[in-house]
Amino acid sequence: MIRCRVQTVSFDLGAEAAALTAGRTDIGAVVTFTGLVRDVAMTLEHYPGMTERQMQSVADAAAARWPVLAGTLIHRYGDLAPGDPIVLVAVAASHRAAAFEAASFLIDWLKTRAPFWKHEAGNGWVAARAGDEAAAARWARP
Amino acid sequence: MTKLLYFAWVRERVGVAEEDVALPPGLATVADLLDWLAARSPGHAAALADRAAIRVGVDQHFAGTGASIAGASEIAIFPPVTGG
Repeated sequence: MIRCRVQTVSFDLGAEAAALTAGRTDIGAVVTFTGLVRDVAMTLEHYPGMTERQMQSVADAAAARWPVLAGTLIHRYGDLAPGDPIVLVAVAASHRAAAFEAASFLIDWLKTRAPFWKHEAGNGWVAARAGDEAAAARWARP
Repeated sequence: MTKLLYFAWVRERVGVAEEDVALPPGLATVADLLDWLAARSPGHAAALADRAAIRVGVDQHFAGTGASIAGASEIAIFPPVTGG
């Protein structure tokens, strides 16, 4: 079960990771990824409704593909300052390979499938990067 | 009526975040809708000038230009996403 949240407030990486494993002894690996605002303040806009739907769809795809025991996806929106965390991917599994791969897949798909848009102070709307599409495409199955 | 939603620079160029429109019966696909919308105002035209930079969600699912809009209640138009 991978849970998804969209929120303006920050998150606590340690607390989120601890919540995945609380009371469990079957988890052997927790992998987390945190995305941070780099250098320039920004505002994130999103599409309420579709955002939640897309995040859960990506989470369900990961859970169907890897033996994920627990997971959390958090994406923030609103005004963010340099150094602020934007996105959290946390995945728990029995073994590290599944946790690493599922976490990598989750952030790659989230970046290309969740309807968020970054607007940088002074620079305007951030353009989509071809590298993000390529990163997401490498998870396509033949 | 169909609810149209605009995000990011599409919203800025159109000038509104959303609008309720009565779509003419001849519009079958996303491409038909974009062509019709582009003629609504200079703002719509500016927003939709570069179709390669336009993404569309029909009832909150990504839809290509050939996708049907029949029966859709909410159609969103926006640039490629840049979250994460």
